[in-house]
Amino acid sequence: MIYLAAEHFVRAPQWTWYILFYFFFAGLSGGSYALATLLRLVGEPRDEAAARLGFYASFVALLVCPVLLTADLAASWWKFWHMLINVTPGDQGLNFKYWSPITLGVWVLSVFAVFAAVSALESFALDRRDRGTVGDPGRPMGGILGRAFNVVGGILALLFASYTGVLLSVSNQPIWSDTWMLGGLFLASGLSGSAALIALMSRYRPKAAFSLGRLHEADGYFSILELVLLVAFFITIIAAGTAGMTVQLLPLWLLALVGIGSSLVAARGQMRIRPMGGAAVVARAGTDTLVVSLLVLLGVLALRAAVIFSAQ
Amino acid sequence: MATTITPGESYGFFTDTSICIGCKACEVACKEWNQLQGDSPQFLADSYDNTGQLDAQNWRHVKFIDNVPEQTAKAGDGRAFLMMSDVCKHCKHASCMEVCPTGAIIRTEFDTVFIQQDVCNGCRNCVAACPYSVIAMNQSTGTAHKCTLCYDRLQGGLEPACAKACPTQSIKFGPLAELQQAADVRLAALQSQGITQAQLYGRDDKVYGGLNAFFLLMDKPETYGLPNEDNAGLPSRNDVGGYVVGLVTAALGVIAGIVAFRRRGAS
Repeated sequence: MIYLAAEHFVRAPQWTWYILFYFFFAGLSGGSYALATLLRLVGEPRDEAAARLGFYASFVALLVCPVLLTADLAASWWKFWHMLINVTPGDQGLNFKYWSPITLGVWVLSVFAVFAAVSALESFALDRRDRGTVGDPGRPMGGILGRAFNVVGGILALLFASYTGVLLSVSNQPIWSDTWMLGGLFLASGLSGSAALIALMSRYRPKAAFSLGRLHEADGYFSILELVLLVAFFITIIAAGTAGMTVQLLPLWLLALVGIGSSLVAARGQMRIRPMGGAAVVARAGTDTLVVSLLVLLGVLALRAAVIFSAQ
Repeated sequence: MATTITPGESYGFFTDTSICIGCKACEVACKEWNQLQGDSPQFLADSYDNTGQLDAQNWRHVKFIDNVPEQTAKAGDGRAFLMMSDVCKHCKHASCMEVCPTGAIIRTEFDTVFIQQDVCNGCRNCVAACPYSVIAMNQSTGTAHKCTLCYDRLQGGLEPACAKACPTQSIKFGPLAELQQAADVRLAALQSQGITQAQLYGRDDKVYGGLNAFFLLMDKPETYGLPNEDNAGLPSRNDVGGYVVGLVTAALGVIAGIVAFRRRGAS
């Protein structure tokens, strides 16, 4: 079922700036970890430098998340831990309502934080080990166990980047609850933004420049996915009769489209110069990476703002 | 006759809007008992309703719904303002309870829905979920508030303040089974008088599994700002669909990453 038409009489929850930026950083943190894992597992040894940048980006973006979530609770901020532990007499213990995305998200955030922190620390240790050396970055630690650790972390990362969209859908708000696309849309957008972020960071780290073209290529694929989901999103809310509510946010939607377009323009060059069964891509995108990455990141933020503020 | 209140039994309200006169005694009694200060006075320029909505300071709200036809040639055809004392419905399948991540929203021994103020951490997920726009945030406490069905009065064997104050007995309090019986009798009486538009809302399980605070309405539910049976969906209806789309996107994203990052031989 795609058609979820409903007449809504619900009050807006006033999830505004803190939640907007939480969704933004959650998308980047989860997306960066997933991409870093992929770069490490399926990429060339020379992609390791970019993978480490991804783990750094994931951890730093993650650090902001609990701060934003707690700040959003305002006067009750000191009761944030009630999300994890049930204190109701007769029902004490860990709180885990698998059907409530907000509960799932808090647990994923808590567990994923361990993976993000360990991977960032490992990257830091590896960078210290490689300091002053020339050539490819050294191999990551832990062997097969280390890779398994990254895979589990990568799965949690994908969940972390997407649950925020599902959280909005699992409500009775107009637009949010009229579609199933938000989880996928936020994930695709988060992956795209993360590729742009790592690409941006790689400009300032010569060893990671090798992965620049691959990141732009990946960003292009993620943007195609995002575009398809965006079309599906609009079809569903038009069918539900709530699309009119978001017309006033047209500038934000256009900004999101500019971000998607920038990714596609940057990726187009990479797809064209893909080597046939041989040489690695060490080319830079035709469009300046700095501008493209900033536009993509702005688009990621604009998309979330458009969705969040549409219903409120 | 006073109702004997016994823990373990289901209690609720039957609000008969056909005899509501819009006096707002329920609003006042609710505020008085629950020590609600009320919002700053404002003039809404829309009938005699200046309360506007249910929120953290208004747990009862008398809605004034302009149902008078524009053409007055037929003198309204017997139709006038619809008045309805709105309140938390204490749904059997409560959207707020379903999504509350802290366990702050519980079902009491009287089968009512109650927000534990010491547990609620103000995440506002219940506000996004409540299909009746009942729950609202109290900014000073940082917690969600709504009608408690006078939980403290029930514990003391007293009926809720609004029902006690209602001069026309439009708001009836009692054991749910008795209220449902009374509602059936009243509906039959109205329909025998030719008032065919009269209908019960939330009496059966078609809306959120049944409402402990249910209504006799004089028009369709949407007129009163209530979702009809087709639109009364729980938030969890989107769980599976939302996660499936996320999962498919994740799979395609991983494939896209593998295509972009795969080893292509030595340079």
